[in-house]
Amino acid sequence: MLKDITLGQYFPGNSPVHRLDPRTKLLALLAYIIALFCARSWIGYGLLLLLLLTAIRVSQIPGKAIVRGMKPLAMILVFTGILNLFFNREGKILFQVLGIVITSGGVQRAAFMVVRILMLVSGTFLLTYTTSPISLTDGLESLMSPLKRLHMPVHELSMMMCIALRFIPTLIEETDKIMSAQKARGADFENGSLMDRARALIPILVPLFISAFRRADELATAMECRCYQGGEGRTKMKLLHFHRGDLVTFALMAALVAAVLALGSFGM
Amino acid sequence: MKEIISAQHLAYSYPGVDDTPGIAVFEDLNLMVEEGSFVAILGTNGCGKSTLAKHFNSILLPTGGKVYVCGIDTSLEERIMSVRRNVGMVFQNPDNQIVANVVEEDVAFGPENLGIASPEIRQRVDRALKQVGMYEYRNHAPHLLSGGQKQRVAIAGVIAMEPRCIVLDEPTAMLDPRGRQEVMDTILALNREKGITVVLITHHMDEAARCGRVVVLHKGKIAADGTPEVVFSQVEMLHGIGLEAPETVELCWKLNQCGFHLPLDKLSCEDCARAIFDAVGGGTAT
Ligand SMILES: Nc1ncnc2c1ncn2[C@@H]1O[C@H](COP(=O)(O)OP(=O)(O)O)[C@@H](O)[C@H]1O
Ligand SMILES: [Mg+2]
Repeated sequence: MLKDITLGQYFPGNSPVHRLDPRTKLLALLAYIIALFCARSWIGYGLLLLLLLTAIRVSQIPGKAIVRGMKPLAMILVFTGILNLFFNREGKILFQVLGIVITSGGVQRAAFMVVRILMLVSGTFLLTYTTSPISLTDGLESLMSPLKRLHMPVHELSMMMCIALRFIPTLIEETDKIMSAQKARGADFENGSLMDRARALIPILVPLFISAFRRADELATAMECRCYQGGEGRTKMKLLHFHRGDLVTFALMAALVAAVLALGSFGM
Repeated sequence: MKEIISAQHLAYSYPGVDDTPGIAVFEDLNLMVEEGSFVAILGTNGCGKSTLAKHFNSILLPTGGKVYVCGIDTSLEERIMSVRRNVGMVFQNPDNQIVANVVEEDVAFGPENLGIASPEIRQRVDRALKQVGMYEYRNHAPHLLSGGQKQRVAIAGVIAMEPRCIVLDEPTAMLDPRGRQEVMDTILALNREKGITVVLITHHMDEAARCGRVVVLHKGKIAADGTPEVVFSQVEMLHGIGLEAPETVELCWKLNQCGFHLPLDKLSCEDCARAIFDAVGGGTAT
């Protein structure tokens, strides 16, 4: 059951998108998100959608995977849509019954919001689907390295992220095991009131935490044994390099964001 | 031969919490490990095997006496990294010593910490993975590997740092027989081909029987030390401290209780069978 959780699942591959430097992809995603929030019109959204679809196509990620990842968001989307639909009173009144007013402005806003969330999430999925967690953390570390000057623990944060990613499957497996063990002793996680079910989680969480602390202790010893002393003087096996594809991506993204911003400033 | 690890009058006690007195594990332990040798350390649970192992690379520092690794005093703060680079450690639970979520990245972790240049790390990682027979799995996620494979990745992670000695603390305790076999074959090959000194802490007598030297630890003292043949033939002593000899020796010993006069130093099944065969007067058959 818990195995179904896909957290930033990575689809190995060798497409041009996979081969991009993780920093390029991170910056491109950032630019894309900014553009998405600045877009005011369907032309702006259209441009960004075109970009997104092209990127998905080039990455050879099955569209199904992206749609599947979207499912847990259905509730949020419906909620956002309804909120905007009912509580926006701009524009012409299209429909009015029992005090519920739906206006043209509301419809447009609802549609924009839903599309915006969908595009935001698919863009993020595209990044995590085409970038291995380790190169993602490497990219983040490298992008944030100027912050080291300000005594931000950049290396430590990226190490923590890397270890967290490494231990997610291990801890999920362990949770499954503990749940089976508690079930075998008659614990019931499916029935009863919310309180009952919450209470049934305690005998899972306590052993899970104890074991996580034990693991952390052992891992720390093992890392020390392998001469880990923090980021100081540490090298990397895989160095990050910008290639031609990265430059092209930068140029494209810059042009696109500029276009969307310009459109936005004309109120389009 | 030159010694690589030497514990001299080692004393250690875990510090007590608040007012409780500490737990004294060793009082006066002397042990030398020769460079290039393959030593097994045996002992019941809680006799101090892991504590001893942690003294070999400065994870624990002696409260009395000295431990020298490659001639370096392990208690010298500024030499800790040279000690750890020379003595690699492999622990019981492979899950809790793998840091990265890709096999080759994990193997690279140690060399990266040493500040080695990128191309050299690449070479070391590939070499180490080939040595433990995990090269084809270099891009796999560690949590999808079997226990024996994970443990071999952990070993690769240690040998990529090119240590002169590896200390393994019950590396096979969580593995199935096949995984145990894989790990044993790997470390035996490392010892034979690369001349890496191996200190193997184990509960499996058949593994100890394959080592060049066996040290039996009991309550923080050395109860026996010698070749497997010498140590394991002291069956009564081993029983006295709660250990057993390998099955072949146990068999001969039990038969001796029934009036046979079998030698107690037959460690392989074949030798044991031969000895029994001879003893029951089967000499005519050959
Ligand atoms: N972190 C610790 N704090 C206090 N006492 C410990 C600690 N680790 C081990 N001990 C004690 O030290 C003794 C030796 O433990 P250990 O070296 O782990 O034994 P072994 O590995 O042979 O089973 C045991 O009596 C154990 O209770
Ligand atoms: Mg132990």
